[in-house]
Amino acid sequence: MMETSDLSSLLGLLCPMFVLVDEQGQITSVGPTLQKLRPEQPMQGQGFLDLFELVRPRSITTTAALLSLAGAKLHLKLRDEPRTALKGLVAPLPGNKGAIINLSFGISILDAVRDYALTSADFSGTDLAIELLYLVEAKSAAMEASRSLNLRLQGAMLAAEEQAFTDMLTGLKNRRAMDVLLGHMASGNAPFALMHLDLDFFKSVNDRLGHAAGDFVLQQAARIMEEETRSDDMVARVGGDEFVIIIKGLIDQKVLCSIAGRLIDRLREPTIFESETCKVSASVGIALSTQFSTLKAAEILKAADQALYDAKRSGRSRYSFFSPTAGSITDPPSLQGSPQPRPGISGQ
Amino acid sequence: MTEAAELGFSEFEAMLVYDDEMTLRVLDILCAKLKRPRGELLEDLGTYLVSHPKMEGLRRLLRFGGETYVEFLHSLDDLSDRARLAVSDLTLPVLELREVSHAEFQLYCYPGLKGYSSVMVGVLRAIADDYGALAMLSHAGTEGEVEIISIVLIESAFTEGRQFDLGARG
Repeated sequence: MMETSDLSSLLGLLCPMFVLVDEQGQITSVGPTLQKLRPEQPMQGQGFLDLFELVRPRSITTTAALLSLAGAKLHLKLRDEPRTALKGLVAPLPGNKGAIINLSFGISILDAVRDYALTSADFSGTDLAIELLYLVEAKSAAMEASRSLNLRLQGAMLAAEEQAFTDMLTGLKNRRAMDVLLGHMASGNAPFALMHLDLDFFKSVNDRLGHAAGDFVLQQAARIMEEETRSDDMVARVGGDEFVIIIKGLIDQKVLCSIAGRLIDRLREPTIFESETCKVSASVGIALSTQFSTLKAAEILKAADQALYDAKRSGRSRYSFFSPTAGSITDPPSLQGSPQPRPGISGQ
Repeated sequence: MTEAAELGFSEFEAMLVYDDEMTLRVLDILCAKLKRPRGELLEDLGTYLVSHPKMEGLRRLLRFGGETYVEFLHSLDDLSDRARLAVSDLTLPVLELREVSHAEFQLYCYPGLKGYSSVMVGVLRAIADDYGALAMLSHAGTEGEVEIISIVLIESAFTEGRQFDLGARG
């Protein structure tokens, strides 16, 4: 049998986290890397089970039982802080002379190298620890690069989507966005009102003062519509000078009248573009989701369109509610039948 | 710059694959703009990859190659395998270190990526500083398509070098 000191130096070379214990379970020698875990506290001379807690198998509490676990995989923890987890393997020495217990970090290696400032010299040349650390770091770096790429792509996608739903001139939603939202609203149960608004005399501004003035008028009109509605409502530009406003959760005709009235009042205020006065006005047709037993997006749009037509027929700068019983909308007397609690604001 | 190269986009993304031809076009425009030869520019790129604080991750990965500069040089044989382990579609040209004497080495850069040997000269120079080693690096001609870099180690511990802490994860 080899001397303990020879055995220790051999083991230190091969497995620098070994523990040599005698038959009483006292530590007679430890590998240099293991000792590095407790630099202030020599492990030699201490009881193995006083220093390490056996996590699995938990039933083992005596040295004799520990030494009988030849070849079994142990899960251990240091008893004091930092309570690094270790894996272990017991190899009993012949002649009941104690055992060699080889320890390793297992997955706790990531914390261990940081907690104990270990270097590659602390691991045996055949240990895969350094490769593992390398791999973890390389993979994290690659993952981080991929993640930031994903975030940028997602940002670009959102921007593209936002653009695709936005009318570039006015910043309002576009026809596509309106179709999507109206589709949702129509299939849901929440009541809402839909206003179809058309600018009167817009074409003459465009023709007389040019497209720049026309664009300016549209932008001003968009701003007014946004200001006169809640952020929850949707204002969309659905055609050259046509807008649709969806007002969520509101079917009170009195309130809707006052909204429409305010919109028309403000939209007919003249605006100045490059010292030229631009004058437009607006007509509004209103339909309520509750006016339909089974609601279809196309139907309520058509209804609001009819009401708009009615409003225009009765003079500009007016609003009108859709009347399901009115029959032919080209029949002027039917206008009187439209549920209009307050007369529309008259033109001029 | 990217506009002049007519790429159709303005920024390269680190994890995407681009046409080699595109990269070369950007390089040429860069060289013309800075009025510097391509080899020199690529050496600087190699130095940047290892020494710029933004590239700390890459420096650390290279430092895993060994405790000393010589060990690091030997680890270059595994570099392309290591790179593929981290990012499976990242194929770097094969490198082979030949020991001429205990202080003189030749690094054979096999073909696969134009200009790779120039980038490697910059990398090797910067990482020598990192280890605190004093080394002379130069291009030592070609053997067929293989480009050879000569490395002469004058002093392996010339300065302290920079600290490398295994556990210093971000």
